[in-house]
Amino acid sequence: MMRYLIPLVAFIVLAAFLLVGLTLNPRQVPSPLIDKPAPIFQLNHLHEPDRLMASKDNLGKVWLLNVWASWCVACRDEHPLLVQLANSGIVPIYGLNYKDERTTALQWLKRYGDPYTISIVDPDGRVGIDYGVYGVPETYVIDKKGIIRHKQIGPVTVDSLQKTIIPLIIELQKQA
Amino acid sequence: MLKNNDLYCFVAKRQVNRIKGLIFILFLFLITTSVGWSKEAVPVAEDPVVEKRMLALTMDLRCLVCQNESIADSRADFSNDIRREIREQIKANKTDQEIVQFLVDRYGDFVLYNPPMKPTTMLLWFGPVILFVIGLVSLIVYLRRRRVQIEDVSLSQVQLERAEALLNENKKGKNV
Repeated sequence: MMRYLIPLVAFIVLAAFLLVGLTLNPRQVPSPLIDKPAPIFQLNHLHEPDRLMASKDNLGKVWLLNVWASWCVACRDEHPLLVQLANSGIVPIYGLNYKDERTTALQWLKRYGDPYTISIVDPDGRVGIDYGVYGVPETYVIDKKGIIRHKQIGPVTVDSLQKTIIPLIIELQKQA
Repeated sequence: MLKNNDLYCFVAKRQVNRIKGLIFILFLFLITTSVGWSKEAVPVAEDPVVEKRMLALTMDLRCLVCQNESIADSRADFSNDIRREIREQIKANKTDQEIVQFLVDRYGDFVLYNPPMKPTTMLLWFGPVILFVIGLVSLIVYLRRRRVQIEDVSLSQVQLERAEALLNENKKGKNV
């Protein structure tokens, strides 16, 4: 009996590990920046290139930082959701236009809608490196103290908004 | 008299010789003219020392976009940016350790092909050793048990006689 039982149990354990492995997404690399202060930046506006926005301007409010680019196909998928979220007024969304051309970026926003309170530009991806960006789109939830609380890698979905991001924002907004 | 086949071969040989001659002329032409076409190879970076250090560093770093390639090998835009960042940091006299830490702070341990020894990676580091020890112990136990079993099985005098009788019977049967 034991003779058959041991290989069977070993097989089941192995199969269970492999099964769990199949459901994991290797693209989702947990960010070490969660619960750490958001890297500071000072970047030019997309619409008015002479104006600067500093990350510390947003201290005291919960905000989203959405990293996007006009060359990014998945950004188009999530964009209607961002527009909806912005219209709902739950949370201000700041757009980080990542390694993009200014004119195409502006055209893109005109075409698909502009959900961003302010759009800022990171033409050579330096702020992107500070934020650990490696796959656009990425969305960061940053709290009133300027701490990163959540990072969405890849496009936001209805599911991720309803189950994770919006409840988290409401929770964070309650904090002092 | 030449056979048809020989004639054909003869003609073919002449043709081959002619083609060989043409190729030789073309070859000469290329040798003499290509000197004018080629340029001195452009160095990849301004500073070969920086480049060498950067390559040595990025060899052991994972590109997060194309996860099975090192940053040194990858042609992804992401890797370009990281290489640029590392070059700049080398020029700014940062140590290798500082540069690697800079990347780990932003992208996590996942960028390292050599995982650090940590409580979370203990299984990774010692799992193979543990498996090996389990295998070794079970092999020793199995071999010992088998030796005992082999020693136990010895035939009694009666059994020996019976076996001999059976063998003899078999021999007789075959001879007939």
